[in-house]
Order: sequence, then C-alpha cells, then structure tokens
Amino acid sequence: MAQFEVEVILARHLAENLALPMFIVDPEGNLIFFNEPAEAILGLRFGDTGLLPASEWSTMFEPVEKDGKPISPEELPLVIAMTHSHPAHKGFWIKDLDNNMRQIELTAFPVIGQSGRLSAAVAIFWEVPHED
Amino acid sequence: MKISLWGTRGSLASPGPDTVRYGGNTSCVSIEGPDGSWLVLDAGTGIRNLGQNLPADLKRVDILLTHLHMDHLQGLPFFAPLRNPEVETHIWGPASTMLSLKERLQRYVSPPLFPVSIRDLSPTLHFHELSIDMFEIGKFCIISQLVIHPNPTVGYRISLNDKTVTYLPDHEPMLGARTFPRSPEWTSGYALADGADLLIHDTQFTNEEHQSRIGFGHSNIVQAFEFAKLAEVKHFVPFHHDPAHTDDQIDGMITDAVQETHPFFDITPGLEGLTLQLGD
Repeated sequence: MAQFEVEVILARHLAENLALPMFIVDPEGNLIFFNEPAEAILGLRFGDTGLLPASEWSTMFEPVEKDGKPISPEELPLVIAMTHSHPAHKGFWIKDLDNNMRQIELTAFPVIGQSGRLSAAVAIFWEVPHED
Repeated sequence: MKISLWGTRGSLASPGPDTVRYGGNTSCVSIEGPDGSWLVLDAGTGIRNLGQNLPADLKRVDILLTHLHMDHLQGLPFFAPLRNPEVETHIWGPASTMLSLKERLQRYVSPPLFPVSIRDLSPTLHFHELSIDMFEIGKFCIISQLVIHPNPTVGYRISLNDKTVTYLPDHEPMLGARTFPRSPEWTSGYALADGADLLIHDTQFTNEEHQSRIGFGHSNIVQAFEFAKLAEVKHFVPFHHDPAHTDDQIDGMITDAVQETHPFFDITPGLEGLTLQLGD
C-alpha cells in the first residue's frame, strides 16, 4: 500500500490537533484529509468518505465575492498554493450544505518537504462571525 | 546477507557493568553481502570496532547514515577505512534544503569539535544525498524514505534477492497522532517496513517515559511492536536502547511489550555483537 510522505502525515497530525478547520489536498487535487472542525462545515465525516476526488469536493461549495460574483478556481488560495507553490490568502463567501452563506477567510500554503518536492497543499480557514 | 550489530545504544554511549549484554556503543549495523560487499548503517561509536574487523583486502565500503545526530556520527572519524586510501568509501545520507551532506558532516568533523577536518580524511571519500530514493549498491537494492524524527532523517529498506531488512533506528511514527497504529498509508515508515523479513527499530522508551519525551523522535516499545505488527514483519529486533536502561530493564521492557501486544513475529533482542543471517 502506498504511503504518504512524512510531511503530509505530520500535516494531518497537526490538523487533528487544531480547533481550526483544515483541509489537505494532494498534488492531483484530491482531498486526502479534513479535520473535525472542517467536518462541521462540510457536513461530512472523513471517516465515512476517506479520500475525495477533486471533481467531487470542489463542487461542494460555491465560492463567491461579497456581491455574489462567482470566484473562478484559479483565484482560490488552495489552487494558487498548489499550482504556483506559494501561499495565498483570500476572504470570500461559501454556501454550506444547508444552503447557508458563510463568510470565511482562508489561508493556503504548499507543503514542500526536505525532498524539495510539492507533496500537498494545506488550507486553514476562519469563519467570520456575523451579527444577524 | 549477514547482519551484525556493532552498536545498539541510543543517544549516548553508555559502557559499564549494567550494559554489558546490550552494549554501550551507539548505533552501527553492518550488512555483508555474499559477494563480499559491505554496507554500514550509521556511524555511531560501534563503527570503530567494525573498522577493525573488516577484511584486509576490502576495496569499497558504503556508509548509509539515517541522520546526522551525534550518536549516529561520533565514530565516523575513527572508522579505519577512512584512513586507508586503498578503500573507496561512500557516505550516503539525508539531503537537506539548507546545506550539503558534506557541509553538515564538516560541522562535526572539524575543529574545534574534532582535531581533523573531513577533507583531511581519505581522498577516495564520496558523498551521496538522499530523500525518497531507490538505488543499488552492488547487488543490494535500497530504498530510502524520510521518516518522523527531528531534522531530516531517512530509514532504509535493503533487499538482496528475496530477502529484505528494514532499518529504522530513530523513529516516532506516533508523534501527534490521536490514535496509533492507524492505517498504513498514514503511518510514517510503513512503506519501508511492509512485509520485511527483518525490522531493526527504535524501542527507546517505556510508555511512561515517552509521555514526558514526546517529540524527541523516539518510540515507546509497545508502539514499536504495534508498528511491526501493522507492517507484518517476520522478525523484529528492538534497537536504540536508552542510555539510562540497564540490561535487566531492557529485558523487562521486551517481556512486557510481548505480553501486551502478542506479536506474531520472531523477536531477537538487539544485543551488541549479535549476528543474524538472512538468506544467502
């Protein structure tokens, strides 16, 4: 059985110990891990889904600007981290699985281990609280 | 291949009456192939004795370093072939994004830490940097992979014909994990140890000791046994013994771990001077 590289395994261990939602995506764009705080937003449990292909998880959200204008994939921090191997940050809105709009701030960064190769990208996000 | 343990202690050499059986020298293991080729795994203080026992007509030796912590390096300048220009010596070790392997070794093998500089050793010394690689030395097929331990550290999977030995002397695969063991693809070192005929693995701490030394890069013995079970190895050698542990304490740790984990593999305590034959 294939094994993830050590920096990816350690990234998962970090995610498991964070209270912030965190995703890990492999170089092919597959969602290989999300932690419990992320499960609350996704409405899915990692233990139930396991790896999610890019085609599946990328359509779960509908990222938009504040004015409702759709955000193209190449503007998303996780895509920038993966394709350009540098960190990115953006604030935007997503529609969760209950069709509620949620404002988030998301930071993504590439995971490059001592081999010098890109082995994953990580996204950590913060939900911006709103007073209704 | 013939596998010999020249140093089994971790962290610090610890000779004395309480460590006579397991030995006081730090990590060094040799693997001799049927064609007379020699691999040396790590260069702890045990490598000095190995250097005195190599064949007089040796032409080449390959030293495979897992990492550059002192207990895995301290014997290097005392290794006899490094003072013999007739022996071609190759040093393999983990790559770093900061400095070359030679530059990092030079930090120890140079004044003021050591009176002789690495450039004054054998003119037939060659350096090779590794991360996740597959390569051949003679008839040995070797895979290196980075594993969980502070600073760049690799483990080795060494195969000859249909036999495989895995060497993971410094390894804390459970670091930060909420549960252990977990699935193979999320376990550091699994790909190296998977189905190995022989696994030489870090068993430095008791569970109680490990609680106050998490992140030091070493396994507690029970979790090391669980790792070996996950990888379905055939034979396990507990290794890298804590310098504070006496022979009797290590015996007791192994006995307790066997009772707790019910392993299905053979176990041979990692004693300095132990020799095992694997295949030809």
